[in-house]
Amino acid sequence: MTEPIVEAAQSEDLVTGPIVEVTDLHVSFGPVHAVRGVSFAVHPGECVAIVGESGSGKSVTARTLLGLTGDEARVRATSFRVEGVDASGHRERQWRAIRGRRIGFVLQDALVSLDVLRPVGKEIAETLRLHRAVPRAETAGRVIELLREVGVPEPELRARQYPHELSGGLRQRALIASAIACHPRLLIADEPTTALDVTVQAQILRLLAERKRDGTALLLISHDLAVVAELADRVLVMKDGVVVEDGPAGRVLSEPEHPYTRRLLAAVPMEHAKGARLSVLEGEPARPIPPRPPGEVVIEAHDLVKRFRSRTAVDGVSFQLRAGRTLGIVGESGSGKTTTARLVLGLLAPDAGSVAIDGRPWEGLTATERRELRRHIQVVYQDPLSSFDPRFSVRRILAEALDVGGEPRATRRDRAVELLEQVGLDASVLERRPLRLSGGQRQRVAIARALAPRPRVIVCDEPVSALDVSIQAQVLDLLADLQSELGVAYLFISHHLGVVHHVSDHVLVMKDGRVVESGDVRQIFTEPRAGYTRELLAAVPRIDAATGVTVRKAS
Amino acid sequence: MTRRVLTRLGTSLLVLWGAVTVSFTALHLTPGNVADVLIGSSIVTPEVRAQIIADYGLDRPLPVQYATYLGRVLRGDLGQSYQLHESVASAIGAQLGASVQLTASALVFAVVVSTTLAVLTARRARWIRGLSSGLELVGVSIPTFWTAILLLTVFSFQLGWFPAAGGDGFSGLFLPMIAVAIPITTMLTQMMRENLELILDEPFVLTARSRGMSDLGVRLKHALRHALVPAITLLGWVVGLLLGGMVAVEQIFSRQGIGQLTLAAVTGKDLPVVMGVVLITAVLYVVVNILIDLLYLVVDPRLRGAA
Amino acid sequence: MSTAVITIGAGRPRAVPRPGVWAAALFLTVVTVAAIAPGVVAPGTPDAADALAALRGPSPAHLLGTDANGRDVFTRIVFGAAPSLLAGLGATALAVAAGTALGLLAALGGRVLDEVVMRLVEVLLALPTLLLALLVITVAGPGTLNVIFAIALYTAPSYARLVRAQTMVIRHAGYVEAATSLGLTRRRIILRHVLPNAFAPLLVLATIEVGTALVAAASLSYLGLGPQPPAPEWGAMLSAGRDYFSVAWWIAIFPGVAITLTVLSITVVGRHLRRLAEGGTS
Repeated sequence: MTEPIVEAAQSEDLVTGPIVEVTDLHVSFGPVHAVRGVSFAVHPGECVAIVGESGSGKSVTARTLLGLTGDEARVRATSFRVEGVDASGHRERQWRAIRGRRIGFVLQDALVSLDVLRPVGKEIAETLRLHRAVPRAETAGRVIELLREVGVPEPELRARQYPHELSGGLRQRALIASAIACHPRLLIADEPTTALDVTVQAQILRLLAERKRDGTALLLISHDLAVVAELADRVLVMKDGVVVEDGPAGRVLSEPEHPYTRRLLAAVPMEHAKGARLSVLEGEPARPIPPRPPGEVVIEAHDLVKRFRSRTAVDGVSFQLRAGRTLGIVGESGSGKTTTARLVLGLLAPDAGSVAIDGRPWEGLTATERRELRRHIQVVYQDPLSSFDPRFSVRRILAEALDVGGEPRATRRDRAVELLEQVGLDASVLERRPLRLSGGQRQRVAIARALAPRPRVIVCDEPVSALDVSIQAQVLDLLADLQSELGVAYLFISHHLGVVHHVSDHVLVMKDGRVVESGDVRQIFTEPRAGYTRELLAAVPRIDAATGVTVRKAS
Repeated sequence: MTRRVLTRLGTSLLVLWGAVTVSFTALHLTPGNVADVLIGSSIVTPEVRAQIIADYGLDRPLPVQYATYLGRVLRGDLGQSYQLHESVASAIGAQLGASVQLTASALVFAVVVSTTLAVLTARRARWIRGLSSGLELVGVSIPTFWTAILLLTVFSFQLGWFPAAGGDGFSGLFLPMIAVAIPITTMLTQMMRENLELILDEPFVLTARSRGMSDLGVRLKHALRHALVPAITLLGWVVGLLLGGMVAVEQIFSRQGIGQLTLAAVTGKDLPVVMGVVLITAVLYVVVNILIDLLYLVVDPRLRGAA
Repeated sequence: MSTAVITIGAGRPRAVPRPGVWAAALFLTVVTVAAIAPGVVAPGTPDAADALAALRGPSPAHLLGTDANGRDVFTRIVFGAAPSLLAGLGATALAVAAGTALGLLAALGGRVLDEVVMRLVEVLLALPTLLLALLVITVAGPGTLNVIFAIALYTAPSYARLVRAQTMVIRHAGYVEAATSLGLTRRRIILRHVLPNAFAPLLVLATIEVGTALVAAASLSYLGLGPQPPAPEWGAMLSAGRDYFSVAWWIAIFPGVAITLTVLSITVVGRHLRRLAEGGTS
């Protein structure tokens, strides 16, 4: 059901013009002005990337190109053309002819972006059916072809399976297949690799690069500069609804002009050694963080084994952590790193092996002794909000932790304020509930709570994974400062190699419950010995400081 | 999968056994001699009385009485109503059809109407939702027996559109069905609309729309199925509610059915009939729950593989 | 990290506007006053019969008319508030107390106790609402107290199930693990974190359910199984007025209006409380 006007636009002479072109685009939702004056064009075979943190307006911009901003949005632009046709007056019917047929759209995390109650084959067939792209009888065959095209093995079987039966990588491929089913000339990918493990991310990026080589234009939306560096010809950096920088990818990433772009690049932890600051303020020389000499052993884990039913989640993990040092545990999902953390925290009992905190093993302790020992080892979670009782204010959260730490009632308030100042907050947040704080503030409160009983070790379980890069940089700097001030040790768990590289002294690489490789951070990241470590490192996209082009280590 | 089936079967048996036990307990908790309680307010000959004592083993110890009772129920013998001069099973059997008809039609009505309303009103203009939720609020608050009286007065007595009492076929069924269905229809509409609105925010809905699907298509082909999952959970409870609402409605519309039978039994202290009804409804509950489990498997593929 | 979906629009519009909540609260206040001190709201006594003024329509002398015995319908409705409210509140309170005890026992008492309690709950849930109540009344006989007990018996299992589910969820919540790793005692975690968070939604639900219990009690009275005449009770009044419907509609209509408005107000106020509870503060 293609509108005649769109039909005309598909004629040969327009093939070479830009696929989409917007000038001075504004989108507002009621009083919120989400996009303010964005202009860009995407040409055939080109990859344009829009980079920004949450709330920058990048996703809204992408959705506007499909007319998917919703009824409550007000969209305004001096020029808004899709394949040369003015789209500013398009109605739902005309947009529907464009969606899926002229422009494909891929979201992050296929587990929620595909309908979990339908087989993936049906989802792909849906695009074909809606646009009558192939005769009805050929739909099934075309679905199989498409799955093969995006590199899904055994496509006949996969087409009949449901999203939860596929791995993250295959799901994402199926989602891409449903978006490219009608061979749209432009594919918009909104954070297409964000929820994926790093090795899978590399595969998906390779798939997108293939589409681009085959002539499909790409509009890539991401928070991660390193991801877009690999594919993009042009980069737009957005902040608060405005494009602050726009230019060829190589130039933007190697010689950023705008301070915000510089800050974003500096905040990427990969290329900075431990001790350097990530959150650099303009014009202020980076103050290095003084290192501390290692102290006595605070965690001694010996040959830990933990089984859940028939699956062995942790298998023979041993390590040592000394006061004032950081041990990083890195691995993909399902590698057993979080189970290891829970064993260390004494929240799970190992099936074999032992953990000793400050020389005292968990096993054989009475309930009172265990509680006493818990004070020495605290924890900071990925999602601080769920780790706070929703009824508690910041004051009560800290008071409870201080009470456990033996702080007398009279001095608790002063000590709470002191803790808040230590983590870069002030007394004004005391009476607030965590729900009313920003993500970064919540994580700071979580750190303050962890510090309250004056622990020897803090277990950090993916503490920055849910944060924007610039907030992530601030929190990592805060952790480094606290370590140098207080001599606290960190057991730092993350899937993010860059973050682990930045914070750790020693690193444990885990896969399927086992330690694949362990050693000094420099050795692991520069001369990895295990094949898996090399594979992981090779998969990480990184920006070459000189050229701005993605480089991958040869694997 | 087999584990699931076994658990389900085990629970079902347990429920039935529990219902028998509850009935037995009720019988023995009732003040007065058990034989007199069973006879109720009717007058029987000493021979019949002796027969009752023998049938229920009332001269034997309590555990034996319990075992006797359990054995009788297992054989499908629900006892004798001395007031109706017939067996409980045949008394219930005679009334069951009418009640099942009422309950089933009300259930179908409720599901169809609430689904349609929810699909049409979710995420619509403020006044549509306001109107709909206002009506729903009244619907859940209004007592069923009062609705029944109002419907009867307006449509049968005043307008004469429907028969005032009894009535065969659809015309006799319509008003009672509406009266029984109103509270559950409004409740289901409300719940399904809330579900739908949450689901329409999900990324997969956005994906479907980005393929060029129409709004109605997205609602019907994707969102509705998701909204049904929690609605199915409520189904067992809804059936219970329908059976409860039936009692007053059957009385008001002078309809035959289990409700009338039960009511007469309660006021006449005809305990065997009340116990029989309790057991029959427990069986119904078990059947409905097995159906719900099957429905889940149809709607949600994620449960099919789960052990 | 950027979120996958932006919620467009200013969230869901309110189902009931604020003035509605105020009106509902006001109406409930009046009903409560009528229940505690009926004489303040309506002068006279509910049983004052005036055979000469029987079946009179609403007038300044009898605001809502008179019934077949010439008793003032308004006065009877006001005096009927106490037994009606009492049944709703009493049954809910009893059910919440019993349900909470059972639910906590199941959630915190270990596996065996959990199994036993939850099977019992399952059996009770299998017997449909009103029919279970009818069984109780057959055994115990009609009357307000028995009605309360009957309704509590069939509602308690759902509370038990809710309390258990809530407690289970909260026991595994992030903040309980955080409290454990902080080194709090189990007792303190249960008292300070688990119970308060499990109770908040329960209390909100119970508020709304008072209305449902009230309707159930009125239904039983309507069927002649509640308080016996001439006691003024809304369900019983409605039942008595039914026979005069064609000549004196007000006798049956106004008690029905009283029940509906009371339940409606309870629902509106209850939902408002739920919104407050869900939306955190404000």
